[in-house]
Amino acid sequence: MTVQSTNPASKQESLVARGLREAFFAGLISLGMFSLYVGLKTDQNMLNELVLVPRWGMLAIFVVLAMIGRFLMIVAVQPWLAARKSARASAAHGQAEVPGFVARNLTVLAVIALVLFPPLVVGLFGMQGSLKWIDNFGIQILIYVMLAWGLNIVVGLAGLLDLGYVAFYAVGAYSYALLSSYFGLSFWLLLPISGILAAFWGMVLGFPVLRLRGDYLAVVTLAFGEIIRLVLINWVEVTKGTFGISGIAKASIFGIWSFDVSAPNNFAKAFDLPMSSAYYKIFLFYVILALCALTAYVSVRLRSMPIGRAWEALREDEIACRSLGINTVTTKLTAFATGAMFGGFAGAFFGARQGFVSPESFVFLESAVILAIVVLGGMGSLVGIAIAAVVMVGGTELLRELTFLKAVFGPDFTPELYRMLIFGLAMVIVMVLKPRGFVGSRQPTAFLHERKAVSGSFTKEGHG
Amino acid sequence: MTQPLLKVENAETYYGNIRALSGVDIEVQKGEIVCLIGANGAGKSTLMMTICGAQPARTGRIIFEGTDITRMPTHEIARLRIAQSPEGRRIFQRMTVTENLQMGASLDKLAYYKEDVEKMFTLFPRLKERQHQRAGTLSGGEQQMLSIARALMARPKLLLLDEPSLGLAPLIIKQIFEAIRVLNKETALTVFLVEQNAFAALKLSDRGYVMVNGRVTMSGPSKELLANPEVRAAYLEGGHH
Repeated sequence: MTVQSTNPASKQESLVARGLREAFFAGLISLGMFSLYVGLKTDQNMLNELVLVPRWGMLAIFVVLAMIGRFLMIVAVQPWLAARKSARASAAHGQAEVPGFVARNLTVLAVIALVLFPPLVVGLFGMQGSLKWIDNFGIQILIYVMLAWGLNIVVGLAGLLDLGYVAFYAVGAYSYALLSSYFGLSFWLLLPISGILAAFWGMVLGFPVLRLRGDYLAVVTLAFGEIIRLVLINWVEVTKGTFGISGIAKASIFGIWSFDVSAPNNFAKAFDLPMSSAYYKIFLFYVILALCALTAYVSVRLRSMPIGRAWEALREDEIACRSLGINTVTTKLTAFATGAMFGGFAGAFFGARQGFVSPESFVFLESAVILAIVVLGGMGSLVGIAIAAVVMVGGTELLRELTFLKAVFGPDFTPELYRMLIFGLAMVIVMVLKPRGFVGSRQPTAFLHERKAVSGSFTKEGHG
Repeated sequence: MTQPLLKVENAETYYGNIRALSGVDIEVQKGEIVCLIGANGAGKSTLMMTICGAQPARTGRIIFEGTDITRMPTHEIARLRIAQSPEGRRIFQRMTVTENLQMGASLDKLAYYKEDVEKMFTLFPRLKERQHQRAGTLSGGEQQMLSIARALMARPKLLLLDEPSLGLAPLIIKQIFEAIRVLNKETALTVFLVEQNAFAALKLSDRGYVMVNGRVTMSGPSKELLANPEVRAAYLEGGHH
């Protein structure tokens, strides 16, 4: 920042003046930049001639946005960042701040909020209106939370960069889809089976890549993800290829109540409730919530067990691990298998929720999104990853809701199409501001007397 | 003479077609501190790796307590209680000091962890001050202490030290070597030490070997090697003091 005067009042005034000045220049620059790109559009007229269509209104919006953005940056964002920086510097001198009530009880509060979420939404929007919130937001986000927590075991704890995680998701989904349609087995039986099958494939992937690390490992896992998808596409006799498998059986409440409309033990009929598809979604919400809780519990427990510590040590230094008597082969394989197992659970759940699986759902982009969630959240941090999943997945869903943008950009504007652009930008910004992800600190697991958080600020960026 | 704790017999180790060790014979008796000195690239670290199974010998044998460990995988060799402070220390950077020590104790499933941590903190009081810190934030000397302490947490029968003085200030080297001497005196710990700092290593050890181009060219009691004019000319004079 430029030189600041000591008088706060004059500083405030000069800030606004400076903001206005810079906003004016930003407006000029954007006018120059956008007048041809945005202000004029080539189009074909009735005679098939190329004509220029002026879009001055749109141009004005762009320029005004740039000016407002610049003004806010100068007047609000930069002083805020500076204040935060100095606050942090002074905090470093004094004693560490005591975490507030919310920070201390975050897990409990989050669980309570999630458990109360469906009744709350039903109360607010009614049965039918709640569907969107519970299914599109709740279940969708929780699936990704679970996938990212599963991948976190492989990438965040064991430090094995896996770009083909979606393969295990696919194995889980197809295990459930195939075994339930061919053999009529129930969801609750197939859920563990899908996890075990995915874990098995995790081991199958693990063996050939035992000697690989970093970039090489990433390339091989990427290929593995594609192989699984291509097998699903081409093994038409079993998987029906690109058509996918439809009509997959719904999950039931432990076989006691069913959600099949025709079934005699239908949930709504059993309780004399009006028919609605919302019950099934609410039920699924609690199922995925429980699966997420299981994933979190296992992750946290494993971290404080010998195998979890071995994973973390393996991430740090493989040679040192061996010299301490740790079998790095089994350690790596268990990491792959455990991570894959949770991917398999999530896959089986996905199959039960959609009622339809096809190779389309398991493209590389999915792996990339899951990995992005893990990295954005801060590798190894369950809370950070959950936040990142809410932002990434919830953000996508929110984009669909931004229909008012059609009024600004015209009726053929579809905000979801800009999803990747927006996320790319958002990720760059997050990585610049918080290079170690939302939650960069790591909680140590070994203590002699007291607990102390280990700041992530010493962590080498981009390592592990 | 009794059966040596560690015996390297005619070991030859290759990197591809390049021979790094030629017919190396070394013995370490129980309770001894033995050092191996030599210039850069003499094959000292290769011998360390050969003993640990990271780069197994093509011919020859490594015998530990009567067991042939020549082709055992590294982690199984470590389970025989051969602990190592590897070259470049290789501590777990992002884990805390206590977590590093805990990893060292994983062979016994932390059975003696609490007791041994206190011992390590007595041996290296600096580690106690830094116990909650991330290992990567320690100074070079503290990292070396941690690396040795982590190796000791496994309650080893043989401690292998690969260049513990590398890149450290003379005062710190003195502290670390003093700690090794104390350990050897008080617990009869057997130590095999590889060093470029020939003076410090020969001062500390009972016996020494000199390695040149992958061959052991000289061996004997450290006092004699220190006095040997050839050794003095090659490794001591004009060098470290």
